Amino acid sequence: MLRFVVRRLLLLIPILLGVSVLVFFWIRGLPGGPAAALLGERATAEDVAAIEHQYGLDQPIYVQYGKYVKQLATLNFGASSTSRQPVTTEFRQRFPATIELAFAAGLFALVVGIPLGFVAAKRYQGVVDHTSLVVSLIGISTPIFFLALILKYVFSVRLGWLPSVGRMSVLIDIPHPTNFYLLDAILARNWEAFVDVSKHLILPAIALGSIPLAIIARITRASVLDVQNEDYVRTAQAKGLAPRAIDVRHVLRNAMLPIATIIGLQVGLLLSGAVLTETVFAFPGIGSWLVDAIKARNYPVIQGGVLFVAIIVVFVNLLVDVSYGVLNPRIRLSK
Amino acid sequence: MRGKLLKFALPLVAFLALIAAGCGGGDNESSGGTAPSETTGGGGGGTLVFGAASDPVALDGALVSDGESLRVIDQIFETLVTLKPGTTEVAPMLAESWEASDDGTQWTFHLRQGVKFQDGTDFNADAVCFNFDRWYNFKGSFQNPSASYYWQVVFGGFATYDPKSGAPKESLYKTCEAPDPNTAVITLTSPSSSFLAGLVLSPFAIASPKALQQYNADDGSVDADGIFHPTGTYATQHPTGTGPFMFKSWTRGDKLVLVRNPNYWGATSDNPTEFNGKGAKLDEVIFQPIADNAARLQALQTGEINGYDLVEPQDIATIEGNPDLQIIDRPAFNVAYVGFNISMPPLDNPKVRQAIAYGLDRQGVVDSFYAGRGEVAKEFMPPSLFGYADDVPEYTYDPEKSKQLLQEAGLTLPVKIDFWYPTDVSRPYMPDPKRNFEALAASLEKAGFSVTPHSAPWSPDYLGKANEGKLQVFLLGWTGDFGDPDNFVGTFFRTPQLQWGTIDNNEMDGVQKLLEQARVETDEAKRTELYQEANRQIMTILPGVPYAHSKPALAFQANVSGYVPSPTTHESFAVVSVG
Repeated sequence: MLRFVVRRLLLLIPILLGVSVLVFFWIRGLPGGPAAALLGERATAEDVAAIEHQYGLDQPIYVQYGKYVKQLATLNFGASSTSRQPVTTEFRQRFPATIELAFAAGLFALVVGIPLGFVAAKRYQGVVDHTSLVVSLIGISTPIFFLALILKYVFSVRLGWLPSVGRMSVLIDIPHPTNFYLLDAILARNWEAFVDVSKHLILPAIALGSIPLAIIARITRASVLDVQNEDYVRTAQAKGLAPRAIDVRHVLRNAMLPIATIIGLQVGLLLSGAVLTETVFAFPGIGSWLVDAIKARNYPVIQGGVLFVAIIVVFVNLLVDVSYGVLNPRIRLSK
Repeated sequence: MRGKLLKFALPLVAFLALIAAGCGGGDNESSGGTAPSETTGGGGGGTLVFGAASDPVALDGALVSDGESLRVIDQIFETLVTLKPGTTEVAPMLAESWEASDDGTQWTFHLRQGVKFQDGTDFNADAVCFNFDRWYNFKGSFQNPSASYYWQVVFGGFATYDPKSGAPKESLYKTCEAPDPNTAVITLTSPSSSFLAGLVLSPFAIASPKALQQYNADDGSVDADGIFHPTGTYATQHPTGTGPFMFKSWTRGDKLVLVRNPNYWGATSDNPTEFNGKGAKLDEVIFQPIADNAARLQALQTGEINGYDLVEPQDIATIEGNPDLQIIDRPAFNVAYVGFNISMPPLDNPKVRQAIAYGLDRQGVVDSFYAGRGEVAKEFMPPSLFGYADDVPEYTYDPEKSKQLLQEAGLTLPVKIDFWYPTDVSRPYMPDPKRNFEALAASLEKAGFSVTPHSAPWSPDYLGKANEGKLQVFLLGWTGDFGDPDNFVGTFFRTPQLQWGTIDNNEMDGVQKLLEQARVETDEAKRTELYQEANRQIMTILPGVPYAHSKPALAFQANVSGYVPSPTTHESFAVVSVG
């Protein structure tokens, strides 16, 4: 087990190097550059040259990459070319927003998805089943930004029930020791703020959680259908256990294993979906941070941000792999 | 097992219940309607929430050039001179009056008395000179155009010359002296009048010397990426000026809060500025960054923000159709033009250039692609700027006249021209370059020309090629930085440039002399006349054909009043009220 974890962690190094190479060369292949984004038509040849010289962009690209890797080796991710703040500082400010949003979206997907899938399996081929199939098909195939816009238009603009932008009303002031606003509100014992932050999370969470929800519902349904025909279920029925108890203790519990796998896989999906969701809802997390950075050709932020996201995805996958062994001892981790 | 499930489910249910409670109760007052505009004690002015396109970079005017930083800095700081609201006419601010020496190199500013910075220190001539000397002595990465862009536009170089910084060698600035507390004398190395209009810019706002030192405005380091990291907290937490609003807090990505300056000098002054009046009516102004255009519009519709800038042309109809919202027009301060390289045959022949001018259906383009926000440009600067001449030669679309001129020039029709347009770009004066190009090229085809289309990505290719004089006929434009004609016709034509082919072709020499004369003239009336004459000559020689000015728009809720839009976006929230 320990060897497995260590090996996977060592694997991080080539993965991150690969990601950094891809991002580094990809963004430099985009038309325009930080100087042009900064100055527009004012970008005289001299100004562009001066800015590119300052940023070291006039050097051969492999020299730039070498310098970047050397800098990374000392855990220095550089500074944003727009805000002039260290990339790590901005990441620390914005990452909690994305975690909070991804957590809310994941929660929404689980709380709705598992019961939906379960009921669909129980009413196999019934109305609920068919409806849930159609709904999850729509959920999977609707682009997140489109769903986000629709939700916003209906619930914010038309009905005025929920806020349309940001993490918290700008009229509320609470200290932000953790940058997890829900937690900050609890620490400040400000329940108005807590409710306000929660309301700001609802629409983005639904938009972001829609695809994981659909996937979880379908996996749950398939898994429950499998499990409920197993011998031990029939045995439980034969010994006269109440149907409810059978469902909870035997069916659902054993059906959870593939669901756990899927949940791990959703983390990558939640992070990539956050890019669109956060932009639509002006939610100051990692996703909108990266979008703004790409628009401004903010190389240090794009490079650093993508690396952070890669690290997170790798770690979560590792965590999921390790948890298999814990959840189900029958699964052996390869040596 | 059941116990475990319960453990998991209970907090969940509690969480959902809380959210549900939040949704059910009081939803109208906090998300629908106009929550931000409800007043909360204090000066009774309430709070205005403004949707910004991004966070400011920093709140030290000397080190920024982006609109969102300058918008906030304009509220906290004041400059020696300002603009009469809504115009480009220079007006008093921290200087009550000023005069230039006869040779135009020495400018004496008589300062207002009784003005205090927000930290309680006195504003005086020493403070003015402290600021100018700080800017002039910038070193290292501070000299890069990404930091001190506007200093370089107005004054050029610095005390020490660093060839790697990109800053020019020569500086217009020489010294600042304080013969007495109420008089500041700025000496220039050569005569200039456009510098006065430059001083209006927020990067030349006077900051509290005490705060600059106390919060280490100039401390920091440059990293391997060449980016300056301020280590001082001045520009992010302690910007201190003399303006009607004071800095309160800033959470990046979330909000920046300004509060009313209760000790604003204008409140007790007999002679406050027209720009900021007697000081802020509002208690607070909150800037909320919302990068997405559609999201800003929706936040205005829901009442989460009270106003925003840079309204997309396609959203204007929606806003105008809503009785709770209003559009405020900002006077045009840009120009889109079809440029010529007048050294490249056949454009070295004035008749060919006139033929192009008559052959461009400018009205058609403005009507089709500017969503009602455009007007046909008659010259290379906007009508709101002094020096604009009403009587320049005009070239109304007339394809027959074009053909006739080409024949007079002894050319066989159709005349071939290489016409360039940029891709991957949208500018306020040129929302869709390709469609502008297509319409303009189609009208030229009808006027005896055979157009060969060319395109290149905006930056660096297109701008690079234009700067190197490689484009024969091309689409380009300009947005003004400050209210001086030198910032428009001066940038284009005061010096010979490859872009216009004015290095090898001397047709524009007379205009260059006129523009230099206008730049150093200290008499306003004479300057105006000189620029008008320059505009008449430019439109006769025709180094290009200006075709559009576009008006940007701001959107506000209907109950916001007092906002005065300025062509240069130099706008005060002090005169604004809500409700």
